[in-house]
Amino acid sequence: MTEPMFRTPMSRVRGLGAARSGTSHFWHQRVTSVAGVLLTVALIVIVISLLGRSHAAVVQILGSPLIAILMLLFIINTAYHMWLGMQEIILDYVHEDKWKFLALMSNTFFVSVVGLASAFAILKLSFGV
Amino acid sequence: MAELEARTGMGAKRARPISPHLQIYRPMLTMMMSIVHRITGAALYFGMLLIAWWLIAAATGPNAYATVEWFMGSIVGQLILFGYTWALLHHMLGGIRHLVWDTLHGFDPADREWMTVATLVGSIALTLALWVVGYLAMGGPR
Ligand code: HEM
Ligand code: HEM
Repeated sequence: MTEPMFRTPMSRVRGLGAARSGTSHFWHQRVTSVAGVLLTVALIVIVISLLGRSHAAVVQILGSPLIAILMLLFIINTAYHMWLGMQEIILDYVHEDKWKFLALMSNTFFVSVVGLASAFAILKLSFGV
Repeated sequence: MAELEARTGMGAKRARPISPHLQIYRPMLTMMMSIVHRITGAALYFGMLLIAWWLIAAATGPNAYATVEWFMGSIVGQLILFGYTWALLHHMLGGIRHLVWDTLHGFDPADREWMTVATLVGSIALTLALWVVGYLAMGGPR
């Protein structure tokens, strides 16, 4: 990236940081953490109530609106949270550009696949076919 | 800096450690918890594969679901799930600790130590409690 020559000191200071997005990364990590507490409790209750049940019962419960919505919220929130978190870990430990970008890309791919697959499964349980 | 060096007689001529290294610090519980929060975060990251597998199997059909149930019920599966439960609870309680710190509370040594011990003891106690409840929900170990 070429730096414009006519940037003011203020514009330089804005948006600092390895991700070029200031504190928004930190803030999003916090927002997803607060939501994560509630959604994790919900997940634990749902999983325990499903233990030992037949496949048919599990399908019916996971596909019911309230449970499906909670599961989707858990999946979406966690996907974003873990994507941010792993990005931070990578930026802390991987310094060589080649490996850094490879790792960051793998992070995005992994989270996209796991998140989308889980969300798709819930939607399929909800809408059938 | 130059002024400081002049006053203290510390020139930059001699080779000396530039910054203290990790090994120099006496290990403290709070340090350990810092790294454990990161390790549990990373473990949960890959653990999401288990949740995805479980959900996809449920959406696929009874046979796929039976495979997941068989694996989760095996010794290895149970150990992984037990570890996953602890990692999740520990990371969640540790995360709450981080959120408390974000409000600028809980920084003095007594509070730090107290919250750290509570995270550790709490996560272990909750994990055990949940597994007892889980086994009761299933009507005893299979
Ligand atoms: C399965 C669910 C979760 C996954 C996969 C996950 C993953 C991660 C990862 C990979 C990190 C980065 C670790 C680091 O930078 O050291 C992280 C950080 C964090 N997590 Fe989670 N997490 C999960 C659930 C939660 C929950 C329920 C909370 C609730 C409080 C939470 C709170 C936090 C906080 C506050 C941080 C930032 C810590 C810091 O600033 O050093 N996480 N998480
Ligand atoms: C065995 C002891 C230590 C362990 C296991 C450890 C582990 C960690 C971990 C996992 C993080 C990132 C997660 C977080 O922010 O919570 C971190 C961040 C940090 N640690 Fe340590 N640490 C140790 C000792 C130290 C010491 C002795 C110092 C200072 C001399 C130090 C200075 C820092 C700083 C400045 C950061 C923030 C880095 C950043 O945000 O880029 N740590 N440490």
